[in-house]
Amino acid sequence: MAEPSAAPAAAPAAADRTVPVAAGGVADASTSTAAIYRALLRAQVRAQASYRASFVLDLASNVIFLGADLLTVLVLFHQVPALAGFTLAESLLVFGLAALGFALADLAVGNIERMKQHVRTGLLDAVLIRPLGVLSQLLVLDLGVRRVGRVITSTAVLAVAAYQAGVRPTPANLLLLVVTPLVGAVFFSSVFVATATVAFWWVESGELSAALTYGGRDFTSYPMTVYGGWFRHLLAFGLGFGLVAYYPALILLDRPDPIGAPAWLGWCGPLLALIAAGLAALVWRTGVRHYRSTGS
Amino acid sequence: MAATVTNTMFGFLRTYVMLAVAGSAAALGGQAAGYDAPRLVTYVWAGQGLIGVVLLWGWTDLADRIRSGDVVTDLLRPVHPVLGYLLPDLGRAAYALLTRFTVPIAVGALAFDMYVPRRAATYPLFAVSVLLALLVCFAGRFLANAAAYWLLDSRGVLMTWAVCAGVLGGLYFPIRFLPDWAAAALYFGTPFPSLLQVPLDVLVERDPPLSQLGLLGLQAGWAVLLLWGCVAVQRRAERRLVVQGG
Repeated sequence: MAEPSAAPAAAPAAADRTVPVAAGGVADASTSTAAIYRALLRAQVRAQASYRASFVLDLASNVIFLGADLLTVLVLFHQVPALAGFTLAESLLVFGLAALGFALADLAVGNIERMKQHVRTGLLDAVLIRPLGVLSQLLVLDLGVRRVGRVITSTAVLAVAAYQAGVRPTPANLLLLVVTPLVGAVFFSSVFVATATVAFWWVESGELSAALTYGGRDFTSYPMTVYGGWFRHLLAFGLGFGLVAYYPALILLDRPDPIGAPAWLGWCGPLLALIAAGLAALVWRTGVRHYRSTGS
Repeated sequence: MAATVTNTMFGFLRTYVMLAVAGSAAALGGQAAGYDAPRLVTYVWAGQGLIGVVLLWGWTDLADRIRSGDVVTDLLRPVHPVLGYLLPDLGRAAYALLTRFTVPIAVGALAFDMYVPRRAATYPLFAVSVLLALLVCFAGRFLANAAAYWLLDSRGVLMTWAVCAGVLGGLYFPIRFLPDWAAAALYFGTPFPSLLQVPLDVLVERDPPLSQLGLLGLQAGWAVLLLWGCVAVQRRAERRLVVQGG
């Protein structure tokens, strides 16, 4: 589901006030770029944690969002013993791989979906005139600290699922268990950044990127045999979502693809991540270079 | 328009998952909690359409105005604040019915085999059910927003509302998939199934006509209770409202 971006934007305003202090440090020769980022990050964490009760609720509800998706899988399997040929444990392995990859991406770059606000409020203009990387500034200024809970929870889900599904602890399998969520993180991050870039040209673009990012997450959360026809082909192979969780999971489960794809496909994730990151960087650079600020 | 694209995307995702459930249940010679495949398809797509009509989440107008202090001007108006927010919301919903409801239904009907209601009475019942769902949803949104009177930053409360409205409202999966005791607890203990689950069950004729009326009664009860809650909360907030700034 599209997580509603209902959140009133308290954090950017608060963070922005801290910037002149940090940016003032640029003149000081002893202050390194890394120190500036550290200062920005610290201010950001403080700003987000300052309304304590709300922060805790926020942290909790991020875990609940994951819990909601997990609950859905469990409730569906309460109705039927298998879903499109996959048992609960096998399905949860796919879910866990996708969830951890997405959670890592969401933590690192998830807030980039606020790009449209940044364009509208002029924060982007402020960021552009500073002598630091544009994307890295936006990410640090708006880091979703509260999303840490989601990373921890989905790691636990993946561990339990791998155990329950009887994944044998061979070196290859362990490597795949580590690499796959990282591939997922890079891939989802690329989707986040690439679709957020659309806001450069079209301020009301949030929902479209939600369709791809959250839609992609939901797509990867179930074994691909669930989906049918052109829809499966478009998302799995056309956009590459099939390599995020499903094909690596097949290797881990040691079973052939019912749809008939070769087994080595599960190892192609890193290549996909590389291509996705390259494309996202290209789109982002094009966006920044052609950005002309808003009219009024 | 953009939101419709998202709703349509999720319509496809959820339909395939639900069809897989229906397929598995049929292979065992049964139905998933009383829904056959066409019913589940209608359930999913009408649900995607209703999100925009009842406006399940994404409404922060009141919380924003409380935060900025603009909310005081609401008190100067000759309309009760609750009514002052409800009436525009009804207008918005009517417009959404034309735009955000029809598109997913059309796409779903083109791509899948949908269940069409067989009883003529279902159509007016569904219309009333959607109106009641809108009232319940508005009141829930209003109350979640009104938490800002006390908390200032109501982000956590709004997010909690969003999660509960989606999961317990029947968007992620039909609440009837849960064990009976859990479903009953949700129907009678929380307003959430009244948001989506009830109108959708009425639409796909999951229950006989008399039960449909009973579901509407349940919705009406929640609507009255929550709207009364809105008025009470607003009165309390006004009594202790301190506008910040100078």
